[in-house]
Amino acid sequence: MTNVIEVHELTKRFGSVTALDGVSFDVAPGEVFGLVGPDGAGKTTLFRILTSLLLPDGGQATVLGCNVVKDHWAIRARVGYMPGSFSLYPDLSVAENLEFFAAVFGTTVKEGYELIAPVYRQLEPFRDRRADALSGGMKQKLALSCALVHRPELLFLDEPTTGVDAVSRREFWDHLAVLKSSGLPILVSTPYMDEALRCDRIALIHDGRLLGVDTPAAIGKRFTRPLVRIAGSDRYGMLCALREHEHTASVNLFGDSLHYTDSRPDLSGDEIARDVTSFLDGRGFSDARVEPIEPGIEDSFMSLMASEAA
Amino acid sequence: MRALRFLLVKEFLQIARDKVMLRMTIIAPILQLLLLSNAATFEVKSARLYVVDRDHTTISRGLSQRLQAAGRFVLADASPSAALAEEALLSRRASLIVNIPPDFERDIVRDHAARVQLVLNAEDGATAGVTEGYAMQIITRYAGELGATIHASSPTGPVLDVRSRNWYNADLRYRDYMVPGILVQLVTVVGTLLCAMNIVREKEVGTLDQLTITPLSRSAFIAAKLIPLWVIALFELTIGLLVARLVFGVPMRGSLVLVFFAASVYLVAALGLGLWISTLVSTQQQAMFVTFFIIMVYLLMSGLFTPVRSMPDWAQWLAEINPVKHFIGIMRAVMLKGATIVEVMKPLLALAAFGTVVLSLAVRQHGRQ
Repeated sequence: MTNVIEVHELTKRFGSVTALDGVSFDVAPGEVFGLVGPDGAGKTTLFRILTSLLLPDGGQATVLGCNVVKDHWAIRARVGYMPGSFSLYPDLSVAENLEFFAAVFGTTVKEGYELIAPVYRQLEPFRDRRADALSGGMKQKLALSCALVHRPELLFLDEPTTGVDAVSRREFWDHLAVLKSSGLPILVSTPYMDEALRCDRIALIHDGRLLGVDTPAAIGKRFTRPLVRIAGSDRYGMLCALREHEHTASVNLFGDSLHYTDSRPDLSGDEIARDVTSFLDGRGFSDARVEPIEPGIEDSFMSLMASEAA
Repeated sequence: MRALRFLLVKEFLQIARDKVMLRMTIIAPILQLLLLSNAATFEVKSARLYVVDRDHTTISRGLSQRLQAAGRFVLADASPSAALAEEALLSRRASLIVNIPPDFERDIVRDHAARVQLVLNAEDGATAGVTEGYAMQIITRYAGELGATIHASSPTGPVLDVRSRNWYNADLRYRDYMVPGILVQLVTVVGTLLCAMNIVREKEVGTLDQLTITPLSRSAFIAAKLIPLWVIALFELTIGLLVARLVFGVPMRGSLVLVFFAASVYLVAALGLGLWISTLVSTQQQAMFVTFFIIMVYLLMSGLFTPVRSMPDWAQWLAEINPVKHFIGIMRAVMLKGATIVEVMKPLLALAAFGTVVLSLAVRQHGRQ
């Protein structure tokens, strides 16, 4: 079977800003493909081109075998799109929104019910509530239901969990897993690394360029250098101190700790840990705890971003 | 067609759910007619009069009394000093000075002719003109009773006795003249402003994009947007006409069907303009600003407040492509004169042409977004 999405050297400029710079990737049938990158990386622009809302300046893209520029009408009836911001009618009720989008696609809620049922069942007690009176998680479920009600062959989800609580986020990804098991391919973007892990494959995107396309595990493995994690009370002080350390290759703030790599290629993780501990101790950070760890996607992302910048 | 039906249901549902809007559509025409047609008039009801009587005779006092008794003037002050009077005019305590010279009575008795001088505050030309007209009328009538001629303000040249009759609006009832224009303005606001805001709201919320990624055709979307507003605008017109008839007794000498037909044609232009504005802006605030600017220019240059014929040539030219002007012309002609479709064919065709051009441009622009 051919790929459901094929993107080749796609480029989009807004004035002097290059939002997409020669982006290429494919999405296979039945695959959950994640676009992972910070805000402003070009994720939404890519979605808008693939859903035929924007015209690209260069390159080609096909969705379900249709060219996004020439055959946009053929694409529109066959895909579901859930944009990053809530885009349903706030003054219509839950049921009215769903019925409306079903009607627009020339179908009914009944016909599409099987597909939306797992998501929509939780919304049904609130079917007469106005959409603007729903909580963030509920809004997101309604938006997903509306994007699915016409039984699309491909689903586009642009940052579907932004502004949603952690529990709802996990639930949402459980729903996506169910949809995937029914064979629906999904292109989803996210700024969260933990969500990236739940994709079949991911593309790291930064400043309009793809830094790598692979499975989450393989992306993590691209990071080959020994990595140590440093915890302590004065993280910022340690960060500044380590930047002055002569053997530092990289040091980054990761939540409540620092991740550090060494510039000497032949040292093991334990050796580096010992070296860093004594360095920090010499600088007066006596409570620093240093241990070697396995790198994650985020480490790969940071190092890919750094090598891109260099 | 099925999609269009659902779109229409959704539009009406949203409109019905917007309580503020719903109330406004009913209250606005009533309130505007009551306010504007009463307040926006050229009638001068109480011009402040300053009498400088330097004659102090029965006849001079008689003139002063006649002026005050007519109901158009109130006496601001009286004194024999022209300087004091001028001061009053300057400080706006008076808007008209009547200067009665000494020997006024003597001249009338001896020569059957005398002079008075009218000094007007002409800051507002229209008001001054109307005020002068009233004063002249009263003075001429008084002179007639005395069997004499009173030369007012213009000391030279022959005295003309001009008699005019106003056809179609015999007693120059300003309401009859204003109401059709205000109805037009109401229909314009509903058609253009609500249309632009309604579509831009879908842009703001993001539903316009959401609808774009559906098999929904552009024409169905536009039709579903314009038809409900077209209906609401005609509903507004109906309420407005009822108020005009029942409250103000404004005549409807022509065909009501013709009024609604002309309004329907006009609304294509008004709605098309709204659609066009919606393609240019991205927020409701911008839509409101642009629409108000355009409507304001249209209204001021439409002949609603000032006659088009007294505008400079270029403005008269512009007025020809002003749909508001044509529609006001049709409304006044049909309501006050009882004009038939033959007589209003020219402005009607102009409206149809304008509507076609604007709507097709707007639809094209909408597709380009």
